[in-house]
Amino acid sequence: MPEPKITMQEVEQVARLARLALSDAEKESMRRELDGILSYIDKLRALDTEGVPPTSHAVPMTNVMREDEPVPSLPQADMLANAPDRSGEFFRVPKIIEE
Amino acid sequence: MSGEYEVVIGLEVHAQLLTRTKMFCGCSTAFGAPPNTQTCPVCQGMPGSLPVINRRAVEFGIKTALAIGCSVNADNRFARKHYYYPDMPKNYQISQYEEPLAVHGHLDVEAAGAARRIGIERLHLEEDVGKLVHEGSLETAQSSQVDFNRAGVPLMEIVSKPDMRAPEEAAAYLRALRAIVVYLGVCDGNMEEGSLRCDANISLRKRGAAEYGTKVEIKNMNSFRNVQHALEYEIKRQARALDTGERIVQETRLWDPDKAHTVSMRSKEFAHDYRYFPEPDLPPLDVEARWVEAVRATLPELPAARRARFMEAHALSAYDAGLLTGSRALADYFEAAVAGCGKP
Amino acid sequence: MLTDLTIHELAGLFRRKAATPTQAAREYLDRIAALDPKVKAYLTVTGEAALARAAEADARFQAGAPLSPLDGVPLGLKDVLCTRGVRTTCGSKILESFVPPYDATVVARLQRAGAVVLGKLNMDEFAMGSSTENSGFFTTRNPWDLSRVPGGSSGGSAAAVAADLAAATLGTDTGGSIRQPAAFCGNVGLKPTYGRVSRYGLVAFASSLDQIGPFTKDVEDAALMLQAIAGHDPKDSTSATVPVPDYAAGLGRGVEGLRVGIPAEYFIDGLDPEVESAVRAAIEILRGLGAKTESVSLPHTEYGLAAYYLIGPAEASSNLARYDGVKYGLRVPGSRDLIDMYSRTRGAGFGAEVKRRVMLGTYALSAGYHDAYYGKAQRVRTLVQRDFQHAFERVDVIVAPTTPSVAFKVGEKADPLSMYLNDVFTIPVNLAGLPGVSVPAGFTRAGLPIGVQVIGKAFEEETVLRTAKAYETATEWRKRKPELAA
Repeated sequence: MPEPKITMQEVEQVARLARLALSDAEKESMRRELDGILSYIDKLRALDTEGVPPTSHAVPMTNVMREDEPVPSLPQADMLANAPDRSGEFFRVPKIIEE
Repeated sequence: MSGEYEVVIGLEVHAQLLTRTKMFCGCSTAFGAPPNTQTCPVCQGMPGSLPVINRRAVEFGIKTALAIGCSVNADNRFARKHYYYPDMPKNYQISQYEEPLAVHGHLDVEAAGAARRIGIERLHLEEDVGKLVHEGSLETAQSSQVDFNRAGVPLMEIVSKPDMRAPEEAAAYLRALRAIVVYLGVCDGNMEEGSLRCDANISLRKRGAAEYGTKVEIKNMNSFRNVQHALEYEIKRQARALDTGERIVQETRLWDPDKAHTVSMRSKEFAHDYRYFPEPDLPPLDVEARWVEAVRATLPELPAARRARFMEAHALSAYDAGLLTGSRALADYFEAAVAGCGKP
Repeated sequence: MLTDLTIHELAGLFRRKAATPTQAAREYLDRIAALDPKVKAYLTVTGEAALARAAEADARFQAGAPLSPLDGVPLGLKDVLCTRGVRTTCGSKILESFVPPYDATVVARLQRAGAVVLGKLNMDEFAMGSSTENSGFFTTRNPWDLSRVPGGSSGGSAAAVAADLAAATLGTDTGGSIRQPAAFCGNVGLKPTYGRVSRYGLVAFASSLDQIGPFTKDVEDAALMLQAIAGHDPKDSTSATVPVPDYAAGLGRGVEGLRVGIPAEYFIDGLDPEVESAVRAAIEILRGLGAKTESVSLPHTEYGLAAYYLIGPAEASSNLARYDGVKYGLRVPGSRDLIDMYSRTRGAGFGAEVKRRVMLGTYALSAGYHDAYYGKAQRVRTLVQRDFQHAFERVDVIVAPTTPSVAFKVGEKADPLSMYLNDVFTIPVNLAGLPGVSVPAGFTRAGLPIGVQVIGKAFEEETVLRTAKAYETATEWRKRKPELAA
């Protein structure tokens, strides 16, 4: 049987990095599905890409910049309107615990 | 301090740039506005928003790079640095990683009577994060409040090589760097207000050892004095630990100026995986030589050179020359006065 | 019925004062009320606003001063485009109540052109999917067979045009999400060159691949829609400064002497025989009209899918990091602390496919895997681009199938990988950043639409459109409509 491409431990690590709470059932199906997808993607290894530069931008451009001229900000009310938890003029978030 | 250890210090300085607008949008950078009134979809990271580079921020970066002897990388680009925190609107910061704006400069500083050249690894541009307000302290607060006015303000990060060997050197380096950015008019250098910030990396190793010791990051030093004291404390702490055979933990520690000690903040043992990749929303920069030379032509006489010239031309002591060139405005005034009425 | 008509036909009636924008808007809104419960294309219908805008257009036509060829024309917008004051969900529970305080640039341009927005259209969540089954709300149905999918991710946009629930719509295409649903629903679906249309206000999925484009009833309408939305935008640093030509002007030029490439790698085992024969017949028609065809090779086609399923998810995992319950959208209540809040909110707010891609992307970018996965995919992307560059040294356009099959049944493709294979012919075009259009090429014996794809060089939408137009003029596919009783 081929080596699994991704272990359960890696699934849990990645879920932590991505801040995604997954149920045990989800973790198991995620592991299986990612394994299948990564196996498929593995065909890329066969391709020789020695000396081939990576493409980050589909259409090459450089030096797109703007002048340092102020533009009116959006009103505070607009920016806070979608806040799930608003505290006066601020967004409020729950207790922050360092990992 | 035990003489058997050599201290290795590197400094990371973040300077808020004196542009009128933010790094990637046209919101004002003016200080003191009511919370969340200087924001827009871009700096608040709303769905669908896109960044656009502030040309003046790049210019200020080039100017500073030249003043500290760096070579400007013609090809440089922005990258996304990922981590989750409520002051990070997009949960990634647009910064620079593999291709920074400038590399390999130096600052000549004087500490304890000795002249030292401190290497500078790199200079790059990035965006600042918002402000978190905790009711009470971070440790006790049940919730925190976020103001995004500061999010997106342009920051210039300057990373030194680990060339400093004593806290006095680190303080001298910081003073010299501050003087330059203030002289250039790219930053107001206010450490108390946070427009100039300094983090240190410090490790100890046995004298003569080839490898570096485990480094500890020190944060929350908001004055030259605090930088020096924090480093002095940390040297004692690490020396004591090493003397008793303890292992130094690679971590981040906060300087507490009231209690005059450093406190462990979080373990850097498992380093953040920032998952850097080139920012797809921003085409790369190609900083042409023409632009660099045009910026070079606008460089004023820098503090060190001016001080030396004052000592020479006006027969001033190092101390007096230092005072007079402490601010560019004062130095200008002095020279105008001399021009007006002859010898001082 | 006004709802049968194309944009240019409707505009003609408005100008001749044979009909008014309000009449058109009313007819469309009535038809939506009657039929959309079955088709389920719309997430939000903005009836009142539409009638208000239509009334303004009425006045302009009365005064003989229309703003543009789109003035008074009722349109729908994929719900991934920010509309000020109108809920924009991206098909996701995590944005179910999000109301943007700003308009996407393309939305603002359409408003300035006088268009009337009927509402926001259903889609696969965050544009990830090929069937609209990944919508966090419901699945849109294919008007040609309500038991089948309309394609995705712009399923609602395609279905709305096919069912005459809008004169035209906007969708987005990252790996085929305009062209594939257009093929499944029998519409014209155009993906412009990357950078041709501003992405400001398009909620990002994969920043280096996303493009906005129209679904229309015919090729001339696609040209009119592109005209209204194309062009440089200073707010989008990736938008091109290449001048915008008059897309309608050269539409009728025909294909005499045009060099058409037929890519060998797109005619493979697994291509539905009815799709293949329809596409070959389309090629024959082009030959008959004077085009010169030759075989070309795009050797890295099969690797395009794999590269896309690394690059897309990598960029998506980054773009979706912001959905964390802090500033907008869903926040799951009762969390212990911040990290708990993040994880539970994202766990509850994202559907399975989005989670899968966020996980895949995070993994591909993570330390230790970055070069092997993301870095490798970026290099393969270069190879795919070069394939097209070489081919375009010898031909002007490439003609190929849009999809390997026709619309499948809802629930049929449960396995993610088998769903991904839908996009094998469309993905390479996104990787290369080129323009591509899917146009109706006939129907299967069972009455399901088949699409044929025309791919062009960067910024040569004119050539792509005129090829499509020549083929369309020589056929009558557009005259057939799905049978939809109220």
